[in-house]
Amino acid sequence: MTASSPEFVPGPKIKEPRIRSGRVRPGAEQWSWRFMRISGPILVILILTHLFINLMTGDGVSQIDFAFVAGKWAAPLWQWWDFLMLALAMLHGGNGMRLLINDYAHTPWLRKLLHGALGVAVLGIIVLGSLVIWTFDPCPVDADMSLLPSFCEDVR
Amino acid sequence: MWMWVVHRVTGVAIFFFLLIHVLDTALVRVSPEAYNDVIGSYKTPIYGLVEAGLVAAIILHAFNGLRIIAVDHSTWALRHQKQLVWAVWIILVVLMAGFLPRHLGHVFGGA
Repeated sequence: MTASSPEFVPGPKIKEPRIRSGRVRPGAEQWSWRFMRISGPILVILILTHLFINLMTGDGVSQIDFAFVAGKWAAPLWQWWDFLMLALAMLHGGNGMRLLINDYAHTPWLRKLLHGALGVAVLGIIVLGSLVIWTFDPCPVDADMSLLPSFCEDVR
Repeated sequence: MWMWVVHRVTGVAIFFFLLIHVLDTALVRVSPEAYNDVIGSYKTPIYGLVEAGLVAAIILHAFNGLRIIAVDHSTWALRHQKQLVWAVWIILVVLMAGFLPRHLGHVFGGA
């Protein structure tokens, strides 16, 4: 740069766009947006298949009991299917609820309280659901045989 | 604008159902009897209708979400976004027409 070049005069500083959450973590909202875009279509496939298998095939809602769930979770495919569905749905729904809290809860303490409750609910449900899927016993020893899937007879 | 409201309302409804749905399914870890008792209430007419509404909410949220993605990614979809809103409602009607007779048959008919 030479002394003769015209001096650069910056224009008036434009105000940073207001972020509803009030948080300044660059890129965080973009990741939230990306996550919704990626998890959404995956959830469409996972959930519509879940609904079709459970409510349309066989006897629909009438067939759902302990033996039905045990029959499904005997296959790792359905354990992983339900686990992925659980985690993605809770994170997708939790992130959506976070955006709604940002939009409608205006007082800082209320927003903090709701965000806290949401975080506890999302984490709690994911942990509980995961434990249920991965520690599930289709043939509990003290259970009434008539309520168990038929393959439990061979196990005993 | 209306689809924005539909997306929010259905999203919140699905979120709260999901919380309840994980809790009721967790009863399989308590005992077969506990699970069957609670899930039995899902087979009553009132819950049967609530489930039908829930399935409708999921279909709306799913296909409206796909519409939003399409409109963001393609100028064709942006130019035809009004028709795509219609497509969302038509998909809802078609899928519910397939689902409702079967589901309500199970709930009310004992078929």
